[in-house]
Amino acid sequence: MGVAGVIFDVLLALALTWLAWQATRAADLFHAVVSFIVFGLLMALAWVRLEAPDIALAEAAIGAGATGALLLSALDRLASRERRRRLLYEPGAAWGFWIPAGGALLGALTLAAWKLPAPGLGNEVRAALGVSGVEHPVTAVLLNFRALDTLLEIGVLLLAAITIWSLGRAPSPLIPAMPSPALPALGRLLFPVFVLVAAYLLWRGSHAPGGAFPAGAVLGAGAILMLLAGARPWIRSSERGPWRWILSLGLVMLLAAGIAGTLAGQAFFEYPPGTAGPLILLLEVAAGLSIALLLFALYLRGEPCEHGYRGKGR
Amino acid sequence: MTAAQWIGGLLVLAGIPFLLLGTLGLLRFPDVYPRLHALAKSDNVGLGLVCIGLGVQSGSLTLLLKLVLIWVLMLIASATAAGLIARTALARGLRPWGT
Amino acid sequence: MVYLSLTGVLFVLGLHGLFTARNLLRRLLSLNILTTSVFLLFVVMARLAEPLDNVPHAIVLTGIVITVSTTAVALALVVRIAGRMREEDVGAAADTRGDVE
Repeated sequence: MGVAGVIFDVLLALALTWLAWQATRAADLFHAVVSFIVFGLLMALAWVRLEAPDIALAEAAIGAGATGALLLSALDRLASRERRRRLLYEPGAAWGFWIPAGGALLGALTLAAWKLPAPGLGNEVRAALGVSGVEHPVTAVLLNFRALDTLLEIGVLLLAAITIWSLGRAPSPLIPAMPSPALPALGRLLFPVFVLVAAYLLWRGSHAPGGAFPAGAVLGAGAILMLLAGARPWIRSSERGPWRWILSLGLVMLLAAGIAGTLAGQAFFEYPPGTAGPLILLLEVAAGLSIALLLFALYLRGEPCEHGYRGKGR
Repeated sequence: MTAAQWIGGLLVLAGIPFLLLGTLGLLRFPDVYPRLHALAKSDNVGLGLVCIGLGVQSGSLTLLLKLVLIWVLMLIASATAAGLIARTALARGLRPWGT
Repeated sequence: MVYLSLTGVLFVLGLHGLFTARNLLRRLLSLNILTTSVFLLFVVMARLAEPLDNVPHAIVLTGIVITVSTTAVALALVVRIAGRMREEDVGAAADTRGDVE
């Protein structure tokens, strides 16, 4: 491994640096966005090298996939070159200031990070894994030891969706300009596979890298693909359909789990002994469904209209 | 080194030239259509050989099947993506090189 | 370690881009790269700990989801700003600086 591993790391770091440079500096915005997506995918490789496969899955699915779809669709809205240039803000400042300033800030951050307790919490997590109800440490931290973080995170996601929907109605149909017969066929063919992969990731989460976040992202990506393939979104604002419940299901379930513990005379988010395993699985299913639908809601960029679409749009 | 490892290693090595040629085609061909041709054909063969090679080397049937599934999904996705890119390019009025 | 220096490089690139980019979309890309560099610092710290520390991994997972929500809201706002600026162009004489923010 030794030398080959180091060479691979250096090559990867150089490629990442170049892509980041392209993403922030490229003259064409489309070029920049594509560089950023490739940056996210290579970043997933870097996470694997750093022994963080959970983050690699999330980065590939959410960091590169969902963000990429969002960026590309936003770019499509800003279609004309003229309007892209109109987003000017202010003339750039000199490198002479930013390199020392950034370096100083980075140095301070590194120093702060270095002052952290050296051994980390690895031993404590490992010691408590037996009572957590799951076998995978990251899932244990996310949904048992630090479930409060996950609760707040889903809250942020829900808030983001509400913010975007309150900005106005969803724009014109998001069908690609050049419909191809292959795309709807692909959507029909692949959607079951998306569901299968999401369920697999969810099930895997209790004992191996995986879990609610990658699963939700995969399912959300499947829904976005169906939308691009011309399927009508079944989320409509006038209907009291089940989708509003699913959107908030993750938050509600996590809150309920937390408060139930308090009512039973235990600490916030302290699960009753012996039930942690099934409870976590239930929470994960709820969180996964919510995340999938929330990511899809973010992609719609506006409150869905009564008939799904609103004519030609802007 | 068992026989499975030898066979797997050979398959991976056999896949590498396809990937290299596909990348070379992407870099050197004159416009979007031959580039798609290079990518959609040779990279898929290369990927398939590498996937099967790694699966054989792992010595586990489930892993081999998972890798083959990844390859099949890649085949479907790259065929559709290539078709979409070519159609969009044609619709935008990009003439194939040499016509 | 290689990744620690990568963290520094990405941090400076992202910070510079965030403050000097003249395009709102590009600024958003820089912000994303900045967050990635912070995640990278977390994970490198987790990797250097003995044994492997899983708590930062969970924090970074949370962070990635927060980042995508931030990006989505910001993108929606950028699209609205762009739409409004075009409407103003039709009426008033175009000011090259624009009066965004």
